[in-house]
Parts: sequence; structure tokens; C-alpha cells
Amino acid sequence: MNGGEALIKALELEGVEVIFGLPGGCILPVYDPIIDSPIRHILVRHEQGAGHMAEGYAHATGRPGVAMVTSGPAATNIVTPLCDAFMDSIPMIVITGQVPVAAIGTDAFQECDTIGITRSVTKHNELVISAQDIPLAVRQAFLLATTGRPGPVLLDIPKDIVDPQNPNSVMEWYWPTDAEVAASLPGYKPTTKGHPRKIKDAAELITEAERPVLYVGGGILKARAAEALLELAELTNIPVVTTLMARGAFPDDHELCLGMPGMHGNYTAVTAMQESDLLVALGSRFDDRVTGRVPAFAPHAKIIHVDIDPAELGKVRRPDVPIVGDARLVIEELVRTLKASGAPDNQADRTAWRSTLSGWQEKYPLSYVQSEPGELLKPQFVLEQLRDLSPENTIVASGVGQHQMWTAQYWKFRHPYTWINSGGLGTMGFSVPAAIGAKVGMPDRMVWAVDGDGCFQMTAQEMVTAATERIPVKIAILNNAYLGMVRQWQEMFYEERYSEVYLSPDLPDYVKWAEAMGCAAFRVESPEEVAPTIEKANAINDRPVVVEFRTDASEKVFPMVPPGQSNSDIVVGPGEEDVVQ
Amino acid sequence: MSPASATSPNGVQAGPKHHLLSVLVENKAGVLARVASLFARRGYNIYSLAVAPTDDERLSRITIVADADSAPLEQVVKQLHKLINVIKISELDPTDSVEQELMLCTVGADVGARTQIIELCGIYGARIVDVGHTDLTISLADVPSRLDDFEDLLVPFGIAMVQRTGRVALPKLDRSS
Ligand SMILES: Cc1ncc(C[n+]2csc(CCOP(=O)(O)OP(=O)(O)O)c2C)c(N)n1
Ligand SMILES: [Mg+2]
Repeated sequence: MNGGEALIKALELEGVEVIFGLPGGCILPVYDPIIDSPIRHILVRHEQGAGHMAEGYAHATGRPGVAMVTSGPAATNIVTPLCDAFMDSIPMIVITGQVPVAAIGTDAFQECDTIGITRSVTKHNELVISAQDIPLAVRQAFLLATTGRPGPVLLDIPKDIVDPQNPNSVMEWYWPTDAEVAASLPGYKPTTKGHPRKIKDAAELITEAERPVLYVGGGILKARAAEALLELAELTNIPVVTTLMARGAFPDDHELCLGMPGMHGNYTAVTAMQESDLLVALGSRFDDRVTGRVPAFAPHAKIIHVDIDPAELGKVRRPDVPIVGDARLVIEELVRTLKASGAPDNQADRTAWRSTLSGWQEKYPLSYVQSEPGELLKPQFVLEQLRDLSPENTIVASGVGQHQMWTAQYWKFRHPYTWINSGGLGTMGFSVPAAIGAKVGMPDRMVWAVDGDGCFQMTAQEMVTAATERIPVKIAILNNAYLGMVRQWQEMFYEERYSEVYLSPDLPDYVKWAEAMGCAAFRVESPEEVAPTIEKANAINDRPVVVEFRTDASEKVFPMVPPGQSNSDIVVGPGEEDVVQ
Repeated sequence: MSPASATSPNGVQAGPKHHLLSVLVENKAGVLARVASLFARRGYNIYSLAVAPTDDERLSRITIVADADSAPLEQVVKQLHKLINVIKISELDPTDSVEQELMLCTVGADVGARTQIIELCGIYGARIVDVGHTDLTISLADVPSRLDDFEDLLVPFGIAMVQRTGRVALPKLDRSS
């Protein structure tokens, strides 16, 4: 067998059903066996698209996404998705072509130091220098990407070891056993089971707490722990906040759900954490967008911190009870321990806390003022309509900016794995390819991307991929003619001095552009058109759809904790900037 | 990286201001770069570094001395643990470990100075490993502070070149019970 065939066969045996990629010189030999493989290949228009599609696929399905690209410029084009997946702990395998082993280091055509460039944005990367190593390298890559704290793994494959014309590609097929793979990684032993004594300590803190909050992060989704979380919350009656990465991990319509905390979180979620006496951090990482000014964050709270990555414990805030482990296993054990100690009957009285919280919810709901006739659309209104008119289990992806925050705020997430976004890296251009990847993984589900006009212009060409490959995703562009989030900061913190944020509402013409890319396209300018157009878009299933909503650029995302300030200084709405306590 | 350099014979002593890490890694291409870049990314200086295979040739031991001022080390150690090729990390307490370092030093030694240098070598247990008409190359393996002292004493003779290896260290053996 030759190395190229071995690579494809190894991917098949790992259960890969789809590869997102684009061929070129060095990876060419691997593209030949793809013709005969049951694996579907989706030909992207830019390698960044391949990476984000693989991420979207992984977000939606929980299975690792796979992207394959050539060397040099293609490898550098996929660095952004690698970093994105690294920041958000997305299981992803990226295969890059490389110049032949003998040419490495000679500045050969399309050579770059892919391993060096991607070292700090991958969980692991490996230059495979012998065809014989390919099966083991693939097995290691999948194990590393999907276990422990998930993340992207890159395999760099020199051309000579996969090229049947080259004797270096000759190899004898084998398939390493689990034990052989484990033995080949002597330094890799993620801890999955929480320490029993720590779990007991945690149960005691929980039992006594009068103002506790479950601070739930993306780790809950990675650990498939949503059910376990629901049981813990209901057993203890502790309210839940779901971070930007964890939207959907706990149903928004549950009475214990407080929604999203953080810089653009709602008042109750932010303030509940601030006033709590116990934060139970589950797969969350005390991100600066959640904590605000760290020394002022949740000053009275004791901390239980559960994470599979020991480096997260104490990185930002020293926990009173650190627990290293898989969130699902730890929560299940915690539930057993709590029950054995007498829960729910032995729990501290939390009625006062719950009524304080519902008081805040009533007093400070998310709100906006509907537009007057003749004015541009309010983005929040568009999102409410989109939410209400789409099936309950719709998967929604977003770009990065104001539209992302409004989607995270206004969408009502009822199921895990229905929200796909770029949280850690904040990558503009993420949503179009991520939505495509999600739809490929979940073809029976409706997939909407909510995008900004700025973001759409970064990766729009992948709509051609969607049209060609018949992937009927739907894109809602909230066209406010601005790099809106940056405009908001300039308005609030730079005395309305707008510098390089204006984009124009009609250049490009999004409808013509979308049509040219093979999509159905609509433009919506007035509130009455919103619902009928969404219904029209939802009925289209044979093509991708792009709907451009002309929205009000002056609308800002609130609430907001101004950057660098304490979460206690949350600004609830427009006009309140002055009353920051 | 700033090596323990000839220009500062009285350079910083690896004492309480330094952290000493002994890192057991897979003996593979690129592992040192992974380790070093975790320090570099955080702007932490590595004071000295020594790497060599262990008795098991699949493994190497890296001894890192890091500036304590620049490095709240807990996070780096935890990040080092996350590297797939890192097998074990021990932070060694300098008071509870044995340390050794090797120095090669070429020093001016005309006829008048030669006997004095030979005498110094005798005191420090250093060996003369190369002899020229007007200079000598001396080798000394000892604890780093002794190397500092010795280097200091050679300065008046005119040091032409010095190369130190960076320290290697192992925990002191337990002799209780
Ligand atoms: C690749 C990249 N470049 C720049 C930024 C900084 N940035 C954050 S939000 C934003 C504006 C996004 O504009 P748009 O897509 O129109 O969304 P809006 O905020 O208007 O909803 C910018 C430029 C980023 N996050 N990502
Ligand atoms: Mg915009």
C-alpha cells in the first residue's frame, strides 16, 4: 500500500464521513484515493472556509471535523480556524501537505514551516516523515483531538511519503490497537474522574450555600454533560448562567435559567454571580469577558471549579475546591454524593435568593424600543422574529460583533448543540462556513447563520460552496452598514469619533451578490416584511438562502459592562452610561 | 535566551531568585521548541538550559533554570504538563537537590601567570584540557556557585572565551529512616 491510500483508509477507519478541503501540489497524491473513498469531500473556495466548516461540523455533531489542504499558502490560510478551534476547544483534525522530506528547509516552492507556525494554536501537531508512521499518526491525532480537553491537531504530510511515484511512499498496512496508541503517547493521561474527597468538599459547600450560582461554560457541551447538569440544578434548586460558549447547555425556558453573563450578559445573570456566595464553575474558564475587572469579580463567592484541564484551575481565580475531571463524570458523582448526604431536603434555604433573582428579572429584562414607521429595522426585532418562526431545534451560528451578542441574548436556546459561534478568538467570517459545516453534519436540521455585513464580506465566497454542494443553509445578514461593534465602542468610549467603521449599506449589493453565488436572496427593509420573508426563506430547501435585513446602525448592544470595569458597574440600557455607580 | 555568559562572571546566582525545573520529555524532534516557546510566549526568560538523553534513549531530561522575577511559574508548569511529549515535571528546590555545571574557559597564560593559574586549578579541582603558547583551556565541573567563583578569579588573567553548559540537577536522596 502507499502512504496516500493509507491516509485515506485511516480516516475511513476513524469514522470520517466528510473532509472539507482544497487540493494543491503537495497534497495532490492524497486527492487521488479520495475518488475511490466513501468519504465525502467538500471543495471549499478558501482554506479558512475548510477550517471553519470542520469546526461547525464538530460543534453540531460532537464528532471531530476534518480539513485537508495543501502546503505553504494553504497551510497559512487555515491558521485562523486552528487558533479559533484551539481557543474554543473544538475537536478538529487538519491535514496539510508539505514539500518532500528531502526538500524541507530548502525554501522549496510552497514550503513553509507549518509545524512551527501552528505549534501554539494546536493541541498537538506532528510532521510525519515516514509512510509507515501514517496509521499511528492518524490514530494519535483523533485520540488527542477528542479526549481530555478537546482541540485541533495538525498532521503535516510531506509529498514523497504519499506519492505512489516515490519509493518513500511504500508502506505495509497495519492498524494500531488502543493499547499501542496509548503506549505511543507516554505523556498523555487526562484525568477524567474527580477526586472523591474534593467532590465531598464540593457537596458540602453546595449544601450550605445560600446564594449559589452554577456558572456553566462550553466544557459542559464538550463533555456531553447537559443532562447531568439539569439533574444537578433541579436537585439543588441552584440557578444557572450559561456563558456565550454554553448557550443551549441548559434550557433558556427553565425556571432556574438566568441566561448569559458577561460583558453583554443580562443584568440578573451578571449580578447573580456578583452577589453570590458560591460559584460552581463547570467547564468554564473565568474569561475576562465574563469576569470584568477580576479583583472586583464575585467578591463574596467561594469557588468550586471543575475542569478537565488542570491549567484552568487557579489560572484567573484561586478556587476553594478545585476538581480536575470530565464535567459529566464529576457532576454525576456530585449528584450521587449530594443525594447520599440528604439532598434535596438538606439544602440551605434559598427562597430569599430565588426571589431576589426573580425580582431583578422582572425589573431588568432585555429590552429595546421598536422602530417608528419609515425607520430602519431594529436588529433585536429581526432576531425575535427569526427565533419565533424557525423550528425549535434550529441550529444557529453567528459571526462576531453586535449581531452575535444580540443572537446570544435574544435566541431562546432549548437544546444543546444548537448554538455555534466563535467565542474565544472572536473570528469575523466564522458564521458562513461554520453554518455550512453544521448543516453537512446535521442535514435534517434547519441551520441559520446570523451574520454581520462586515463578517459576511470576509467569507461570503463559501456560499458558492454551499450552492454547488447543495447545502441549503440560510444566512441572515444584519446589514447596519457598519463594523457595528467597533462603532459602538467609538461612540461610547471615543467621543463618537468614528474611525474606519463605515461600510455602506448597498455596496456590495448583497442580493445580487448572493444570487450570483447561486443562492435565493431577499432584502428586507420594513417590519411588516420581516415575518413573511423569513417564512419564504424557511420554505426553501433546495438552495442556500441569503436574507439581507437593513438594520439601524445607531442601535447598541446592552446591557454592557464597560471594558476594564467591575461587573457591578453594568450599564443596563442606553442613556444610563452616566449613572454608572 | 541569555546564556550564563562570560561577560558577567559575577552574574546572577541561581539561588532563591531562580526556579529549577527538571522536565522529562520524549526524545523527539521539536520537543525542545515546544517547551521553550511556552516560556517565550509569556515573555519569561530562560536563564539556563541543559538537555540530554536519559538512560532510556527514548527519553530526554531538560533542566531549566528560569528567572523567578519574570515567571509566576505555576501556570507555565501546568502548561508544560499539557504538552503531549512531556512526561514528567519536577520543580526542584535548590536546597534539596544536587546541582552540577560544566565550564570550559580559555584564559591568557604567559610564562609569568602560568604557575598561578595551575595553582588555582589545583585548589578548585579544575583540569587543564588544552595548552597553547600563551593560553590555557581549563575545564571545571562543580556546583554553579563554585564555577562563578573560579571564573571570577580567572578574570585578572584575561578570559578569552568561556562556555558554561547550564546546570543539571537531580533531587537529593532521602536518607531519613
Ligand atoms: C478577523 C477579525 N477582524 C477584526 C475584528 C474586530 N471586530 C470585532 S466586531 C467587528 C465588527 C463586525 O462588523 P459586522 O460583521 O458588520 O457586525 P456588527 O457588529 O455590525 O453586527 C470587528 C471589526 C474581529 N473580531 N475579527
Ligand atoms: Mg455591521
